[in-house]
Amino acid sequence: MAGLTINGVTKTFGDFDAVKDVSIEVKDGEFLAVLGPSGCGKTTLLRLVAGFENVTSGDIRIGNEIVSTAQGCVPPEKRRVGIVFQNYALWPHMTVAENIGYSLKVAKVDAETRKRRVDDAMALVDLKGFGDRRPANLSGGQRQRVALARCLVAAPSLVLFDEPLANLDVHLRASMEDEFAAFHKRTGTTIVYITHDQAEAMALADRIAVMDNGRLAQLAAPRELYREPANEMVASFISEGMVIPAQVLSPAESGHLKVSVLGQEVVVRCRDGEKPRHEAKVCCRAPDISAAAPGEPGIDGTIRRAVHKGGVARIEFAPDADPTVTLHFEQPDPSPFEAGAKARVRIASGWLIPGGASA
Amino acid sequence: MSVRLNQGRGQQWAMTVVVAALIVLLSILPMLRLIQEIFAPGGTLSTAAISAGLTNATTWVATGNTLVVGFFGTALAVVLGTSVALLVTLTDVRGRSAFVLCYVMPLMIAPQVTALAWLQLFGPASPLLKLLGIAPPLGSRNPLYSPEGIILLLGVQYGPLVFLLVRAGLRKLPRELVEAARASGAGWFTVLRTIVLPLMTPSIVAAAALAFVSCVGNFGIPAFLGIPANYLVLPTLIYQRLAGGGPAVLGDAAFLSVLIGLIAMAGILAQEMMSRRRDYRISSTSLPAEPYELGKWRVPVQVMMWCLIVLILFLPLLGLVLSSLVPGYGIPLNAATATLDNYRFVLFEYGAARRAFLNSFALSLSAAAFAVLVAIPIAYLVAWSGKKWVKYLNLAVELPYALPGVVLAIASLLMFLKPIPFTGVQLYNTIWIILYAYLARFLVLALRPTIAGYHQIDRALEEAARVAGASLFTRMRTIIFPLVAPAALAGGLLIFMTALSELTVSALLWSSGSETIGVLMFSFEQGGDSNYASAISAITVAITFVLMLLANLLAAHLPSGVLPWRD
Ligand SMILES: Nc1ncnc2c1ncn2[C@@H]1O[C@H](COP(=O)(O)OP(=O)(O)OP(=O)(O)O)[C@@H](O)[C@H]1O
Ligand SMILES: [Mg+2]
Repeated sequence: MAGLTINGVTKTFGDFDAVKDVSIEVKDGEFLAVLGPSGCGKTTLLRLVAGFENVTSGDIRIGNEIVSTAQGCVPPEKRRVGIVFQNYALWPHMTVAENIGYSLKVAKVDAETRKRRVDDAMALVDLKGFGDRRPANLSGGQRQRVALARCLVAAPSLVLFDEPLANLDVHLRASMEDEFAAFHKRTGTTIVYITHDQAEAMALADRIAVMDNGRLAQLAAPRELYREPANEMVASFISEGMVIPAQVLSPAESGHLKVSVLGQEVVVRCRDGEKPRHEAKVCCRAPDISAAAPGEPGIDGTIRRAVHKGGVARIEFAPDADPTVTLHFEQPDPSPFEAGAKARVRIASGWLIPGGASA
Repeated sequence: MSVRLNQGRGQQWAMTVVVAALIVLLSILPMLRLIQEIFAPGGTLSTAAISAGLTNATTWVATGNTLVVGFFGTALAVVLGTSVALLVTLTDVRGRSAFVLCYVMPLMIAPQVTALAWLQLFGPASPLLKLLGIAPPLGSRNPLYSPEGIILLLGVQYGPLVFLLVRAGLRKLPRELVEAARASGAGWFTVLRTIVLPLMTPSIVAAAALAFVSCVGNFGIPAFLGIPANYLVLPTLIYQRLAGGGPAVLGDAAFLSVLIGLIAMAGILAQEMMSRRRDYRISSTSLPAEPYELGKWRVPVQVMMWCLIVLILFLPLLGLVLSSLVPGYGIPLNAATATLDNYRFVLFEYGAARRAFLNSFALSLSAAAFAVLVAIPIAYLVAWSGKKWVKYLNLAVELPYALPGVVLAIASLLMFLKPIPFTGVQLYNTIWIILYAYLARFLVLALRPTIAGYHQIDRALEEAARVAGASLFTRMRTIIFPLVAPAALAGGLLIFMTALSELTVSALLWSSGSETIGVLMFSFEQGGDSNYASAISAITVAITFVLMLLANLLAAHLPSGVLPWRD
């Protein structure tokens, strides 16, 4: 087991920065998810850690050893990392047992030990008795498990996953998610897990690194990411957060302050030390918004769309004060709202996005 | 800083260096040596070789002849190949794969075998014409001994080449373009004229350029058809000079081969330019167009297409087989005269023939085996290393095959006429110089399918082995070789087939004791023993058939297009 330190890493292809000045420290035994929109540099980051690409600047450390610097790098075959590839990358000309035992064979482990360890690994992923099959004769889920067994048989210090569930159907995903979680618990391996599925990342990870355009946008625990996004990108990317212009009216006091949002005064959560300012941004989540009772303070506007989704309706609302903003929330059936109708909603709570990034 | 940084690069380095050294040795050195001979014969700069060549009248006659047969042969090949490609790809003719197999077959047969077969078909001694009682009187001239004959056979030989390239282009033609035109009310011929042919122009021109390079570089057909008529093209002129004058005229020959190299280069460049001009808007991945229904014309068109096959494949082969059964020149063939004596003679009795078979088998086998082994690391660098200079490496391997065979043969002669420096090893006048030339010339035939094979493999398979701790050589052996082996082996088979009855290179490089099958055929034919030559040719055609069947067994594991005769 070993931790992973990514220190100020930049990777440039031609004149395009695929990864820009990213620093992440993954603790020994931690499960880190890397989340971000397509093309933001997740796979590139993983390939840097694995050693398939070398850094343009910065350095990467696994355990106590520097493995990548701009001057040179330890090649992947010497890094003792395991990778589970998105398309499994099982060798079609080998049986399941040969696939799993490959790294042991390369390391010249004797046949008997090899067989025992391969059997153990197969038992661990519930593949007993599949040893003589070819990968072509396995289902998607089984292939994924072979890939997992193949990577864990060598007891790597660090396991990297690149969107391992992207090719599986919804039901399989759920059960594989459980399997990964159990695997992490059992082995205590340090894991870097790349995904663009937020639910997956939230469910599995100790911490999540959100990337945007090659940069690290925020590195935090799932709950913090949801409740206290560090900038607008994270705020809107995670769980469809709404980013709404606001004015800060009072200084922070025990983590809260008063803001004016679309004409309504709301008390929102904030970082310590925030002071009154204009052109601030507040992040609200759907549960923070609801229909205003008559006479309550609220925001007037128009219902833009009402989509029924079994039991609840998703309402999209354009406030009169700023029609470029769209608020959305869920309204249990029977919903009184129709598209085009006037309505009044209230914001119960929110998070003041820290200055700097948004100011 | 850790001491393990940059560790394990050694194998990558070793492989790159070995590959680069091989390519320098096989492709770049011979070309440089040839150029040196032109500009600095004997080591000092001089234009003597050039001016001597330029003032010689035969040079210009042969150049003119080369261009004539080159242009008209290409024209015929383009007309034949394009029409067949249009019919096969765009209409609903039946029996497509059998037809493609038969139509592409001449490409698999050595040109001099094609030439011999046609000669046997039309000559005054033709057993077939005699059987039908319409043979011209003995002693009259075979009509194929003429420029027209050469042009006809070049067209037949290289029509399939055009066919393959145009068909590949047509397959990428998205159906929407054709359907949009038909929906606008255009009939089939209008669509063909205004949509299909304009879009296919780059493909057709590229194919024409390639056919041109092949036509001007061809040796077997003008050697069998032109030399008796004293109609010389550059490759046959080079052969005659060298056969008459030996190493003393190598300077002359070098000039001529550079001349033909330049003519071919023009074709190669035209082809490069055209492939680059391909309209990328049409290389979408949509389905190919619905075949056009020929309706009541389908049967007549099919009959015509099969008549073509009978004419260009079956009849000549029949002529070849029949004349291999005739006991002697001009004797009519019937149940009483038919004999297997010719086969017995060339297989068991004539010592030089046995030697030639052994030599050609050994040469083709070694060339194929070597090429397969070398193609795998070269293709690894070409397909996966992502380095820019690798493109030039690939180009360097293409060159000895793209240029006419005589060019490489003369270059090899120049390189090895003197013993190899520092070692004193003499390759000239041994079989090894032929092997060298085969390795250089045919390597690309294994390299192309192997590169295609790599492109079909997900690179993650190698990366997975890397993180499992496998070094480059281990990965090569345990992961990469098993995965690309079918493609590389198919390339090896193509090399074996091509080299087995190869004539162009060995005609210039052979010496007593190192005869090849091609050389043997040629000398029998020149000595008037067409029946022996036919027997040998029939044997090589049979071997080619068997090898094609063998290659078909690999087909399921191959990238499409590796086996040209598979539709
Ligand atoms: N070898 C390369 N050469 C040039 N550009 C590259 C290379 N590899 C990646 N890129 C570019 O770097 C950017 C990041 O790519 P990357 O594959 O890391 O994205 P990703 O976050 O994994 O996306 P996805 O979720 O779609 O897999 C992309 O714009 C991509 O085009
Ligand atoms: Mg990716």
